[in-house]
Amino acid sequence: MDFRTRAIHVGNERDESTGAVVPPIHMASTFVQHSAGEWREFDYSRSGNPTRKNAEKTIANLETGFGALGFSSGMAAVHCATMLLSAGDHLVAGADIYGGTYRLLHKICDRAGINVTLVENPTPSRLRDAITSQTRMIWLESPGNPLMSITDLKACCDEFTQEENVLVAVDNTFATPVLTRPIELGADIVMHSATKYLGGHSDALGGFLVTKTQELFEELYFVQNATGAVMSPMDSFLISRGMKTLDLRVRAQSETALDIANWLNADERVSRVLFPGLSGHPGHQIANTQMNGGFGAMLSFEVHGDFDTAQRVANSTELFQLAVSLGAVESLIEQPASMSHASYDRDDRLKHGISDELIRLSIGLESAGDLKSDLDKALSFATTS
Amino acid sequence: MQNQRKDLPTGASTISVHAGESHHKPMDSITDPIVLASTYTFENTQAVIDFIEQKLPREEYGRYGNPNERIVERKLAALEGGEEAIVYSSGMAAIVGVFMAKLSAGDEVVFFDECYHRSREFCAKHLSRFGVKTHQVPACDYAAMESAINENTKLLVSESPTNPHLSCVDLEQFAAIGKRNNVETLIDATLATPYNLKPLDYGVDYVLHSATKYLAGHNDLLAGVIIGSSEQLEDIRYLRGIMGAVNSPHNMYLLQRGLKTFDVRMRQHNQNGMAIAEFLESHPKVEKVYYPGLSSHRDHSIASKQMCGFGGLVTFLIKGADWRETADVIDRIKIAKIAPSLGGVESLIEQPLVISYFECTPEERVQYGIPDNMIRMSCGIEDSDDLIADLKQAIDG
Repeated sequence: MDFRTRAIHVGNERDESTGAVVPPIHMASTFVQHSAGEWREFDYSRSGNPTRKNAEKTIANLETGFGALGFSSGMAAVHCATMLLSAGDHLVAGADIYGGTYRLLHKICDRAGINVTLVENPTPSRLRDAITSQTRMIWLESPGNPLMSITDLKACCDEFTQEENVLVAVDNTFATPVLTRPIELGADIVMHSATKYLGGHSDALGGFLVTKTQELFEELYFVQNATGAVMSPMDSFLISRGMKTLDLRVRAQSETALDIANWLNADERVSRVLFPGLSGHPGHQIANTQMNGGFGAMLSFEVHGDFDTAQRVANSTELFQLAVSLGAVESLIEQPASMSHASYDRDDRLKHGISDELIRLSIGLESAGDLKSDLDKALSFATTS
Repeated sequence: MQNQRKDLPTGASTISVHAGESHHKPMDSITDPIVLASTYTFENTQAVIDFIEQKLPREEYGRYGNPNERIVERKLAALEGGEEAIVYSSGMAAIVGVFMAKLSAGDEVVFFDECYHRSREFCAKHLSRFGVKTHQVPACDYAAMESAINENTKLLVSESPTNPHLSCVDLEQFAAIGKRNNVETLIDATLATPYNLKPLDYGVDYVLHSATKYLAGHNDLLAGVIIGSSEQLEDIRYLRGIMGAVNSPHNMYLLQRGLKTFDVRMRQHNQNGMAIAEFLESHPKVEKVYYPGLSSHRDHSIASKQMCGFGGLVTFLIKGADWRETADVIDRIKIAKIAPSLGGVESLIEQPLVISYFECTPEERVQYGIPDNMIRMSCGIEDSDDLIADLKQAIDG
């Protein structure tokens, strides 16, 4: 069956107990057993919950993995993946990764004796140069945040297929399985902040890990059950509900994003647009083959001016709401220098390519015309005042 | 006027996402909180008196409404292009709410006979108990409708498209009959949705929806809504507060959330409905397809004028099949689930004879136009190729 059909039906099978077309929300913390010592499928909700299991089943199918695990947030999912490592192990990550992942790797994992190396614009050879005999995991993100850098996932996975000790994990939050399926490209683990496109309505927090193999699933399940950061039944339900419209939303939002990127690219108030759908973007060629039928709905651009100009743009839109997070039906705007990447010191941030005048947009489901006219007003206001 | 709805106004999707919501929400949340209170407190006695005397816009007690319901009401009014909307706990609660508010003993109602069987049942069995007389006239027979009107007639009612025949009412004519005779008009546009049809633009007084269907869209809540002018809705809202068929805050949150993807969902429902209707029409084992998007449909011309899409509901007859052979087709279907209702992301399929008209006599079914070999399919938003392949294997046997 086609992706969109599976997104609606897999994990949403008819409820046998009532016939309900939508599976019930099982809020239970514990499940009654029939006989002491004989465990049924569900015993305690940290170890497994029917509503969570449905959402896990859907995302595992959409990412074409063996299985999936639902977490209370995207960061809880990243954390669980890193807990596969032990003291002395080494992890290599792309440099253009989510700030929360950066913080986890550098401020938490390091306490457990895990060493981390960041690689700018990861390619097979750059990653090869960075790994050591202790490397157990490579962490990639494509498109990257906030510069929309594109990593050739297939080439990077291919490079390490022979090394069974080196797991390749991909944060697929930005692309979603609608556009990119890393396991098909050779990845071992796919991670999602389900808070973003999968949930899609800015109203649930969640994370997923999807694994290629049963063995890896079991290892991660052990960690999840032992540490307990599981997705709640209500969030699982809302995320399942969101995934039913995932395909339509991501395609519509990606189409609008491409339209807006082209429009901004032609605007003289804008100095640079970072969007993999533009032919001038360094990752455009790879994105063309790696992303199926769209380039995602995240884009960044630099406005002519300075920090204050960008801040005025971000402060003066009406339809684009000023907030971090992304991936929902509502369009959001933010200035990385003052918001999502404010924790960097300025020189480090600039070195990273995150300039003062950079603005990041998460394109929602509104109509392109309304979004453009909103940006147009904000740009005029910001560049003339 | 008629052609205004051929193209959607710019920003229909923006309306779905944002209309009816405040730009700045409590606690700076990007989404509205679910307010579960059954009652709402007043700071002091004077505040209660001010509320009563000045009719201040605030909540009082959950049976009169709740904040989540009001957001949805504003969003639905905006989508429909109406002044005000009132939400009910179900579609039937909405139509009953209108009837009870607008009709008194001695009044009469005229309605087109192709309609949801429970609406018909309420008219026949319950309105009659309160001394209200109802007349059924054949769907789209405007002369019959007009001649059924007398000085006691208070309301003209129809669905458009109708269920399950998908007849489409010429809304201009329908509204004109009402205006000419000084009788109010109501259209149940559940199957069309405001994406495809805006009855108020044609002068119809009230639009009714079972919001359980396309508006909510996920087969996971019940709701009804009536939309019209604030003046005409005032007594309806007042009576709802007494009768109590309000909707719950949890449900309203899910409806609001469902409406955010209304625009993209409807595009896909329309596309799937059309693709499936065309496939069925070309299938040798299909005797007839009812879908207003097909040029073979009796009302295709008026539907094309008034609607910008034809929805996801498709009704068809299996050639030469008895009721059991028809049921066998349905039982072979793998993707669509067997269930009443329609308009959700999941495709549903049913045999009207079994699901809605099982208790009727064969004569009654002939009268209602429900042959044994009729199948009604509500196309969801799945991939249309998957739905077609599934239908093909089921029909081919």
